[in-house]
Amino acid sequence: MSIVTVQLGQCGNQIGHEVFSALCRDIRGTHGLCSKKENESYQDSCKERFFCEEESAVPVARAVLVDMEPKVISQTLSLAASSGHWRYSSHSHFCQKQGSGNNWANGYSVHGPRHKEAIMNLVQKEAEKCDRLGGFFTIMSMAGGTGSGLGAFVTQCLRDAFPSSFLLNHVIWPYGTGEVIVQNYNSVLTLSHLYRSSDALLVHENDAIHKICAQLMNIKQISFRDVNAVIAHQLGSMFQPTHTAAGGSGYSRNPLGDLMETLVPHPEFRMLGLRNIPQMPENSLPYSTFSWPGLIKHLRQMLIANAQMEEGIDWQVRPPHPGSSIPSTNKPLHFNTSIANLVILRGKDVHSVDLGCFQDPSLYTSWLTPQDAFNAWKTPRAFNKYEKCAALVSNSQFLLKPLDSIVAKAWNMFASKAYLHQYTKFGIQEEDFLDCFTTLEQVISSYTNL
Amino acid sequence: AVSLPFAVGQCGNQVGCRFWDLALREHAAVNKKGVYDEALSSFFRNVDTRSGDNGPDIYKGKICSLKARALLIDMEEGVVNEILQGPLRDVFDSKQLITDVSGSGNNWAVGHKIYGCQYRENIVEKLRKTAEHCDCLQCFFIIHSMGGGTGSGLGTFVLNLLEEEFPEVYRFVTSVYPSGEDDVITSPYNSVLAMKELNEHADCVLPIENESLFEIVNKIHQMINSGKLGSIVKQNSLVTSSAGSSKTLQEKPFDAMNNIVANLLLNLTSSARFEGSLNMDLNEISMNLVPFPRLHYLVSSLTPLYTLADVNVPSRRLDQMFSDAFSRDHQLIRADPKHSLYLACALLVRGNVQVSDLRRNIERLKPSLNFVSWNQEGWKTGLCSVPPVGHSHSLLALANNTCVKPTFIELKDRFMKLYKKKAHLHHYLQIDGMEQSCFSEAISSLSDLIEEYNELDATKGGPRIYPSRLKIAV
Repeated sequence: MSIVTVQLGQCGNQIGHEVFSALCRDIRGTHGLCSKKENESYQDSCKERFFCEEESAVPVARAVLVDMEPKVISQTLSLAASSGHWRYSSHSHFCQKQGSGNNWANGYSVHGPRHKEAIMNLVQKEAEKCDRLGGFFTIMSMAGGTGSGLGAFVTQCLRDAFPSSFLLNHVIWPYGTGEVIVQNYNSVLTLSHLYRSSDALLVHENDAIHKICAQLMNIKQISFRDVNAVIAHQLGSMFQPTHTAAGGSGYSRNPLGDLMETLVPHPEFRMLGLRNIPQMPENSLPYSTFSWPGLIKHLRQMLIANAQMEEGIDWQVRPPHPGSSIPSTNKPLHFNTSIANLVILRGKDVHSVDLGCFQDPSLYTSWLTPQDAFNAWKTPRAFNKYEKCAALVSNSQFLLKPLDSIVAKAWNMFASKAYLHQYTKFGIQEEDFLDCFTTLEQVISSYTNL
Repeated sequence: AVSLPFAVGQCGNQVGCRFWDLALREHAAVNKKGVYDEALSSFFRNVDTRSGDNGPDIYKGKICSLKARALLIDMEEGVVNEILQGPLRDVFDSKQLITDVSGSGNNWAVGHKIYGCQYRENIVEKLRKTAEHCDCLQCFFIIHSMGGGTGSGLGTFVLNLLEEEFPEVYRFVTSVYPSGEDDVITSPYNSVLAMKELNEHADCVLPIENESLFEIVNKIHQMINSGKLGSIVKQNSLVTSSAGSSKTLQEKPFDAMNNIVANLLLNLTSSARFEGSLNMDLNEISMNLVPFPRLHYLVSSLTPLYTLADVNVPSRRLDQMFSDAFSRDHQLIRADPKHSLYLACALLVRGNVQVSDLRRNIERLKPSLNFVSWNQEGWKTGLCSVPPVGHSHSLLALANNTCVKPTFIELKDRFMKLYKKKAHLHHYLQIDGMEQSCFSEAISSLSDLIEEYNELDATKGGPRIYPSRLKIAV
């Protein structure tokens, strides 16, 4: 089944480009460490999911590019084409001249309805090119105006037009000390709207990825390109083909569906975090060796202590004692409770890995058994030159504190009524804001009480 | 997206002239292939002049003849005529000019009421024609001074007109405020009458003070003449230099100061014209820096002011550039933002600067700045890959800060000094359409603005009150 990617706004388009580049680089690589047959199967599966052959010398990404100003799309298209290894379709982009001015209301209430037909036509065309449509993957930041506002509108349109397709939104959370002054407003509006239309929200936080670049990747002058490359690597480790437990032989044909089924058992809980281990500069890879027990141990502790990377993990955090009959309120403060977890293993000796430690019931909320809450997908085919690589996609309290922080800052600003006139002039009123705050406070409450 | 600068009055046109000069230089430096691109189209049309000046616009392909998207308005002919005889003559055509002969006599009422009325249709018609050539008009820039008659009076009339005719297009105003020693006696009247219009009809105002420009010019002269080894400065990197390459060209007295303002406008629009990893458009500036409609006065600072030509001298540390942006030496108005309250702050960086450099410097500088309680961490940032001519990187800081209050209070005081004695009032009241109430309303508008800043200042340093959050029934 194929996934159609919708890249929204500057961030969405910049990241989208890195993702397709990473996927393409991976399948072209000769470091698969597996049998030729396995490798070919992997390549075919990846191509089916993300690329279209068309009558083209190079694979064509299954993507629709949307932005309200032309510079980024223009750059994105030419960067892809100049790689010589893949490209975007020449007719799959939509842009305007003006931008959304970091104004969610402008993106949602003005640009959305105005350009709905044109954008959905492009999506429809991409969908029709798929033998079987597996769903949609949208990429956006929630801080600006286009990705966030127009992105929320387009998500709704996708839901309306394709009611039975899976819809995964990749949302970038901005740096805490501003890229955009009204980013917290835009975030609150975006998240609350996405929550209503999307199947799941997969989140990356700029602050966290920045730390990975600084501490693990040893990059001195970190650019957005560096940040996006790390994000693309993490997404690739989640999206590239794997064998699911129930899949039998052959790679999973329904990646988005599988993801939703394993990770979103309840509609109130849709926020997913992604972790990946190990992460290091490419030129360090030949000198490093990894053991699965070590990687798994670190990954598990990253889960329960809510660490973003394998350095600086708080090893003091422990799950509560089993057998204690008192429910969640007794859990130690810093312990990250999960609803569902998915571990994806790639590379050498994956079949021998013991994942029992992830099946400890104390990791999970009381209303799910580990059998239901935990899943593992594997492939012996190594990813992106990493001999062993483990990804964790988690529906847990990972995002509780960051979400709470954003809502608090937005609420603080809202109480003073600052910047509201910028939104009301495009049709988003105070009541609309209140609805959004209510939705998110509900989400916060639900996750807090796990 | 197109930005349309309007120069009104003598000061406005002198600055405008410098602006077009430097804009051409900037685009020539970036656009090596001579192809008419998106970046150029934001300020210039590409006209096929082979069959004369009225040729059609060419939207793609080679540059034929660049014409500035501009309107030059002056009620005297001197400045505009000079522009039309100078090196920029081919960049404008007669359809973009509106001139008269007698000037406004440093009288806001003459500019606003008499010439406004007289030229209204002419202006609207030329405006529409100019707008027709733009496939997407995003922003108007008005460049003027506040103290005189044309720039101040007719300039603010045009501002009103723009709001009426094109309500959805942003209106940015670059206003040169008079100093206390201004030799135009009635400049306080003109300025306060103009302020009311700016309060009500501008989206963003960038106030400029001649003293600040003058001090920057002096600082640069001192630097060049200090004779220190290694102090050879790259001529084209001076924030005060014109595009004309010859150093022997006698620059006109205000040219250096006006070049600074021209550079401000170039930097302000750079991220809208050129690509970068985090674009910052003009509508984003308005969105992020104006929390309440009338609080739209932004303090600007530009850095660096020059680049050393000697490659053996290590280029100034990047971090120094950020520190300089928060130093009073680099501001275009005299004010003290560090001891007042920031409502919002924007940093537009150009050149080889990445997000980590931005983050590091924001973390470093933030503790010394006071931010309003509801915007403790709000910074608007932009990264544009293309640096200005002669530099490897540059920074424009725009601050919405209560430090503008003293400037406005001083203006009010100077106004009241004259007004109490009714000095020169008759020159205004004798103009058709002018009444005493125009003055009382204007001063009232200014007082209200000052009061809004007072209320915000009162919150400075106070205890942080966290409004209680919505409670959800579990």
